[in-house]
Amino acid sequence: MADVAIPRAKPQMSEAGAWAQLKHNRNWLGFWFMVPAMVFLIFFLAYPLGLGIWLSFTDTRIGRVGHFIATENYEWLWDDSIFWLSVFNTLLYTFVASAFKFGIGLYLALLLNEHMPFKAMLRAMVLIPFIVPTVLSALAFWWIFDSQFSIISWSLKQLGLISQNINFLGDTTWARICVIFANIWRGVPFVAITLLAGLQTVSPSLYEAATLDGATRWQNFRYITYPLLTPIIAVVMTFSVLFTFTDFQLIWAMTRGGPVNATHLMATLSYQRAIIAGQLGEGAAISSAMIPFLLAAIMVSWFGLQRRKWQQGENND
Amino acid sequence: MSSVQIRDVRKSFGNFEVLHGVTIPIEDGQFVVLVGPSGCGKSTLLRMLAGLENITSGTISIGDRVVNNVQPKERDIAMVFQNYALYPHMTVADNMGFSLKLRNASSDEINKRVKRAAEILALSPLLDRYPRQLSGGQRQRVAMGRAIVRDPQVFLFDEPLSNLDAKLRVAMRTEIKELHQRLKTTTVYVTHDQIEAMTMADKIVVMHDGIVEQMGTPLELYDKPDNQFVAGFIGSPAMNFLKGHVRVNGVATFEGPNGVKLPLKSAPAGSDGRPAVYGVRPEHFTIADDGAEAEIIVVEPTGSETQVFAKLGGEQVVAVFRERHQFNPGDKVRLKPDPSLVHLFDDATGKRMNA
Repeated sequence: MADVAIPRAKPQMSEAGAWAQLKHNRNWLGFWFMVPAMVFLIFFLAYPLGLGIWLSFTDTRIGRVGHFIATENYEWLWDDSIFWLSVFNTLLYTFVASAFKFGIGLYLALLLNEHMPFKAMLRAMVLIPFIVPTVLSALAFWWIFDSQFSIISWSLKQLGLISQNINFLGDTTWARICVIFANIWRGVPFVAITLLAGLQTVSPSLYEAATLDGATRWQNFRYITYPLLTPIIAVVMTFSVLFTFTDFQLIWAMTRGGPVNATHLMATLSYQRAIIAGQLGEGAAISSAMIPFLLAAIMVSWFGLQRRKWQQGENND
Repeated sequence: MSSVQIRDVRKSFGNFEVLHGVTIPIEDGQFVVLVGPSGCGKSTLLRMLAGLENITSGTISIGDRVVNNVQPKERDIAMVFQNYALYPHMTVADNMGFSLKLRNASSDEINKRVKRAAEILALSPLLDRYPRQLSGGQRQRVAMGRAIVRDPQVFLFDEPLSNLDAKLRVAMRTEIKELHQRLKTTTVYVTHDQIEAMTMADKIVVMHDGIVEQMGTPLELYDKPDNQFVAGFIGSPAMNFLKGHVRVNGVATFEGPNGVKLPLKSAPAGSDGRPAVYGVRPEHFTIADDGAEAEIIVVEPTGSETQVFAKLGGEQVVAVFRERHQFNPGDKVRLKPDPSLVHLFDDATGKRMNA
């Protein structure tokens, strides 16, 4: 501003107008910088969420505007055994897959944190499942688990371990195992790479100090690595649980919820009822029923694993 | 407590040898400071003593036991790290008691020993805090507390004061020295700061490029440096070096740069005409009528003393005076080194020439 005033013969010292003042107001400017993000979030997140919840209280169908029917959709679902089966499937899917993803991810992260040959290449390889589009990998798994052309069945037959093909996606138990396996395969890289990043923030001198203090390798993990990693574990597992709970693509590409609804998750059931059957209101109710579960998962991570006292600022007593 | 013997220790990383045969005897209860510029191998040697690095050849013994192949935790040593390496998720008390907990000590025993160490270091009110809630000096004391609690044979310090501000560093220096006088545990202390070495050590080991340049008490090193490296490293401001030749012509003198004549008490036999380096500490200059003429460039008073930068025979030298002279830049003064305190080094080898 000063450099603008210099060339003038008589700098005008008149009061800056309201508009000029507003132009230089940091809050006003900040607001405008936030607008694009806000518009984006409102239109693509808040509005669909609100619309979904509203629809769940109506009897909207495709091609017909619905009427408000209060909680009738929910009452209907309460007595729907398929809905409850999908809830059970979703919980099973989420718990089993997340537990394995955590275990395998942590193991891989610890492994990749060691000094070993080809470390950079191994790290890149771990990321591969994460890079491949979900539908593509689901199609690959579909073939791997195919009832006739499964490479697993073929290999086991060649080894003479089985005489008949395993009906991977046709048997309820096998189908559940298969989709959970595919989900684990896809989810491990995210957990492993994030935990690896966390491991690398732990100062090596802490391990040296602990070693001099007499800690074994296990005690190093138990008393140093694990506690220092808990904040990252909390974040990564919250994300992992949320993604797994709301999974749709993998199931839809591999089993479409079958056989006999054994792999129907809430998300796939909601899609089937809302889009395929056209019952938008009912489908929205199923989707909305996921919200309490997701909130509960976030709460667990927020209150149970939130930032520990030792991480907080310097002035807390 | 016990003695430590480092005998002809070598260390290579791949084909690169960083320690070329180092021998250092350390007596029981001694405070030994390893000092040298960065990259001289002092920290590597300390880490080898701790068991964090392998020993390529030679032996290290603690007490009567050769520890080359002994696990770090079996060596009965405690180490204070440069960044303190406090466990951020443990309180001060847990940090200090961690080693005892790993040894399955009873909680009564842990409490008792942590409490005692906390009293020694004035940490008692801070026992429930986390490292993040402590100041730099307090963290430093916790790191020492962690070492004290174990009551080890040897304390190892790896540049423990370099993360502290200047004032705190001076205070902690005294505190560590006092602690050693109280506990009398054998201590090996690594630093690059020669003032820390001078003020704290019973014995200083000056290292440079993987060898020991000289070992001795602080004043031995100050009064009689074995070579030009030690002479230049110990003392602040650093010793002045002037290149020239020894002249024995009835009286021994030193012919410095541009023919400037400097006094010598005596010249070693057969040194007439030898190229040599004349070393004089800044505090050993006086103003005298028979001194060599020098032109003052900069005057820096610090209150207790005044540092004067001057050109002597075309070379810049530093002189320190405790008396208050009236100097101004551009003034001509006559600087005279005290001949009995002058050092003479061989120009080619850097070895000390005069007795």
